[in-house]
Amino acid sequence: MGEYLLLFIGTVLVNNFVLVKFLGLCPFMGVSGKLETAIGMSVATTFVLTLASALSYIVNTFILAPLGMEYLQTLSFILVIAVMVQLTEMIIHKTSPILYRLLGIFLPLITTNCAVLGVALLNVNEAHNFVQSVIYGFGAAVGFSLVLILFAAMRERLAAADVPLPFKGASIAMITAGLMSLAFMGFSGLVKL
Amino acid sequence: MDLLVAVIILAVLGLIFGAILGFASVKFKVEGDPIVEQINEVLPQTQCGQCGYPGCKPYAEAIANGDAINKCPPGGEAGVKALADLLGREVIPLDEERGEEKPPRIAYIREDECIGCTKCIQACPVDAILGAPKLMHTVIVDECTGCDLCVEPCPVDCIDMLEIPQTIATWKWQQPEQMELNQIPIKQIFSKESH
Repeated sequence: MGEYLLLFIGTVLVNNFVLVKFLGLCPFMGVSGKLETAIGMSVATTFVLTLASALSYIVNTFILAPLGMEYLQTLSFILVIAVMVQLTEMIIHKTSPILYRLLGIFLPLITTNCAVLGVALLNVNEAHNFVQSVIYGFGAAVGFSLVLILFAAMRERLAAADVPLPFKGASIAMITAGLMSLAFMGFSGLVKL
Repeated sequence: MDLLVAVIILAVLGLIFGAILGFASVKFKVEGDPIVEQINEVLPQTQCGQCGYPGCKPYAEAIANGDAINKCPPGGEAGVKALADLLGREVIPLDEERGEEKPPRIAYIREDECIGCTKCIQACPVDAILGAPKLMHTVIVDECTGCDLCVEPCPVDCIDMLEIPQTIATWKWQQPEQMELNQIPIKQIFSKESH
């Protein structure tokens, strides 16, 4: 149990996918303009990431590995992720049309979120078992959500702040992201993995 | 041989996932665009066309596709606010070019002046005017939305827009934000001289 907790905390804070591993940066910059959208995107990404890492573990262990077809990993993981994203899109379209409209193009773009494929491939690389894979995927998603929501909240404040003209808009967002990344680097050494 | 196995694996995986998606698309089928229905419910359904669209439903579709939410004078400021809440957009003042907010009214035809030309019947978007050629027309009060569209075509100007008189049946509590100074009126009960 302790090992799983360690893995979870380690993935959320120490090896944060966005700020330490620099994966999934495009939704991080793209959907962080508004807090509500960021929360919606976080929920959708959490759903996709967790299920995709579980499913790709199953596909890898029970279909690809016994047949010695590990070189199909990337291809089949992309397939799994695309299906998960399609499914999420359908569910959101049905349950919350307003969120569907707000997320717009970024919802299908979860497919190309490198964090999702990154989690699936890293699971294989680090030889995680099923529970570990799910926790790793979920932890990555929670880390992504945490950073995205924090960043969105900051950007909402920044919109009203008196920023010098040359730094306005995207540049102050980049600087903020860099400072956040620095802050998260401070967690390294908290958990040894 | 390996190549064949690889192709078969991917084909089988594709088939399974395709089946899952096919099932999900039936299960989570969305009829029409639900957001348009929600917007349409907020709009006042006068079908007056002051927004530049032929009716409330087409305007709802236009809003869903990104049109401004301040083009509906019958809905007034309260309508703009409701739309802004629904769609998560900023509240913007009513577009003055589209006309101004008026209290709810209904059309009234002075029947002895009506010549029975049927022009107002053709103009009415909600079929609230009853009549036949060369016979006088009248308005079905319950159906009239007060959109003003029948006033213009009448050749003898026999249509009046009457404000709905306040009776016990039509009176409503005022919205708090429409009250003067946004607060409960304070009355001075005793004057200074009584001290």
